[in-house]
Amino acid sequence: MNLHEYQAKQLFAEYGLPVSIGHAVDSPQAAVEAAKKIGGNRWVVKVQVHAGGRGKAGGVKLVNTTAEVEVFAKKWLGKRLVTIQTDEHGQPVSKVYVESCTDIDRELYLGAVIDRGSRRVVFMASTEGGVEIEKVAEETPEKIIRTIIDPFVGAQPYQGREIAFALGLKGDQVRQFTNLFINLARLFHECDCSLLEVNPLVITKAGDVHCLDAKVNIDGNALYRQKRLAAMHDASQEDEREGLAAKFNLNYVALDGNIGCMVNGAGLAMGTMDLVKLHGGKPANFLDVGGGANKESVGEAFKIILSDANVKAVLINIFGGIVSCVTIADGIIGAVTEVGVNVPVVVRFEGNNSKQGSARLAESGLNIIAAKSLVDAAKKVVKAAGSRA
Amino acid sequence: MSILVNKRTRVICQGFTGAQGTLHSQQALAYGTKLVGGVTPGKGGTKHLGQPVFDTVRDAVEATGATATVIYVPAPFCKDSILEAIAAGLKLVVCITEGIPTLDMLAIKARLSVSQTRLIGPNCPGVITPGECKIGIMPGDIHLPGKVGIVSRSGTLTYEAVKQTTDRGYGQSSCVGIGGDPIPGSHFIDILALFEKDPATEAIVMVGEIGGTAEEEAAAFIKDHVSKPVVSYIAGVTAPAGKRMGHAGAIIAGGKGTADEKFAALKSAGVRTVRSLAEIGSALAKVTGWK
Repeated sequence: MNLHEYQAKQLFAEYGLPVSIGHAVDSPQAAVEAAKKIGGNRWVVKVQVHAGGRGKAGGVKLVNTTAEVEVFAKKWLGKRLVTIQTDEHGQPVSKVYVESCTDIDRELYLGAVIDRGSRRVVFMASTEGGVEIEKVAEETPEKIIRTIIDPFVGAQPYQGREIAFALGLKGDQVRQFTNLFINLARLFHECDCSLLEVNPLVITKAGDVHCLDAKVNIDGNALYRQKRLAAMHDASQEDEREGLAAKFNLNYVALDGNIGCMVNGAGLAMGTMDLVKLHGGKPANFLDVGGGANKESVGEAFKIILSDANVKAVLINIFGGIVSCVTIADGIIGAVTEVGVNVPVVVRFEGNNSKQGSARLAESGLNIIAAKSLVDAAKKVVKAAGSRA
Repeated sequence: MSILVNKRTRVICQGFTGAQGTLHSQQALAYGTKLVGGVTPGKGGTKHLGQPVFDTVRDAVEATGATATVIYVPAPFCKDSILEAIAAGLKLVVCITEGIPTLDMLAIKARLSVSQTRLIGPNCPGVITPGECKIGIMPGDIHLPGKVGIVSRSGTLTYEAVKQTTDRGYGQSSCVGIGGDPIPGSHFIDILALFEKDPATEAIVMVGEIGGTAEEEAAAFIKDHVSKPVVSYIAGVTAPAGKRMGHAGAIIAGGKGTADEKFAALKSAGVRTVRSLAEIGSALAKVTGWK
């Protein structure tokens, strides 16, 4: 789960990390008031969306008057921001963050991730701040300083000092950075983060270490014990169907093809998409109904798939392990009867009660195309979608 | 022969009396698994499914001589359950539960590294040696005792591979689901090493998916340490970058972890790769010369 910058900075502040004074607002008037409250005559205004590349897309601006603050807020609130990281529709802007301005001397990078290779939390720092760290890692890996957190003892001050000296920090900056490092590691663990990023971490003209940006991702599996953070979830930043699917414990990812897919198991769902592509079709979505699928969730899954106007045919591929194909068949029949389906539906059942499930579909009298095998299913659905010349 | 489990393996179940534990323990017993008891704190001294229930894993191990456990407890309690099983000295811990926080897994991995315990899972279908021992949620009836070792990050894709090897009469020596999480208890290379040493395993099927570098590590390992033929399928060629595809670990992050990278690494290690999951069985026939 992603947090907005303003939420991440609020969290940073709670952990004693140096962030600018700022206010998230949802109206131009509130934006002006926020700027006045902060004081001074220079502010940074930033749209709050779950996507990088905001600056280049015009979603971040340095302003010198409250009138400019108002113009910026009016321009963006209620609109969508398209960046290199979003699709062509962009992300909706419901909040603008008004922040005090920082005079920058140097830009650095500091981040932490769960590294799958070493099975540890790993911190990364670089003198190349403000740019994409993936690029730095690829082109100049020697410029990345890595330190691994020992799961038994946690982050230690010496690790912070090592990074600070490697970044060329001096005097009190070393102490400031070490504190920041320890507090960031504490935040990572206590908030069940999967990623933390301060890009850029800056040295101000006054010589202090300061977090100019803040990115926080929370491990979705840990939300049950991070209730306060879970409540910060902004559903408007996600695909509407993905959010709806999550409510029914379905995993749905929207794609841009025209063949809707309903599969049990994440691996098989990906494998089914790949098979559709291999046979000349384009999948419209990834959808895993999961091992605990029941009549209701199958029905909801069907509705979500069909709510995508691009869908010209649906492929249902079920390998019944725990779940019985009869249960899935009942779900399909229920959904088709309830919402009506005017696209062809191809079904391949295998495993638990597959014959009974197929028989149930055949008896229903609904227009459902039965497939004999995986390949047969892929071919039939591609043909049905007419996506092959 | 087989790997990890066989007809002599004595297994207990943590979360025995819960809905999932009950359902799958019934099926395991029906399959012939030597399920010798279970653990539910507070219900020690009672019986469930005809087997004794214990308050602690340590009690269960002392009383039954079990060397393996299967865990069906809900995700918030899995860290505790796995650590309890490690502390009780069990050789094999199979955790089926999905949704364990990643930081919990980091702590578990650190503990595993200083123990003699092997963890399979979490977020996996389990382990089966057909005809001998079934620990997990896989449907027993699609399996056939035989000569192919199967290791996979996905449950239903394992079943597809099992079905194809059963339909062709090859059968399986053992099947291991290592699970779809970013930090699994065992990795491909751990299981590949076991299959390489197992005389009953004549060929190996490895089913991977996008995310992480476990397949690349496996490719390097196969090149140097595996003499048996390996067929591999990787799911997620069509998966978009930056999106989590159902499994917590199935995500292309920062441009890394794509199916194409994995296919390329495996191919260069001499692995027979298939782009269609329907071709696992036919690829096996080609690399082994089996009918």
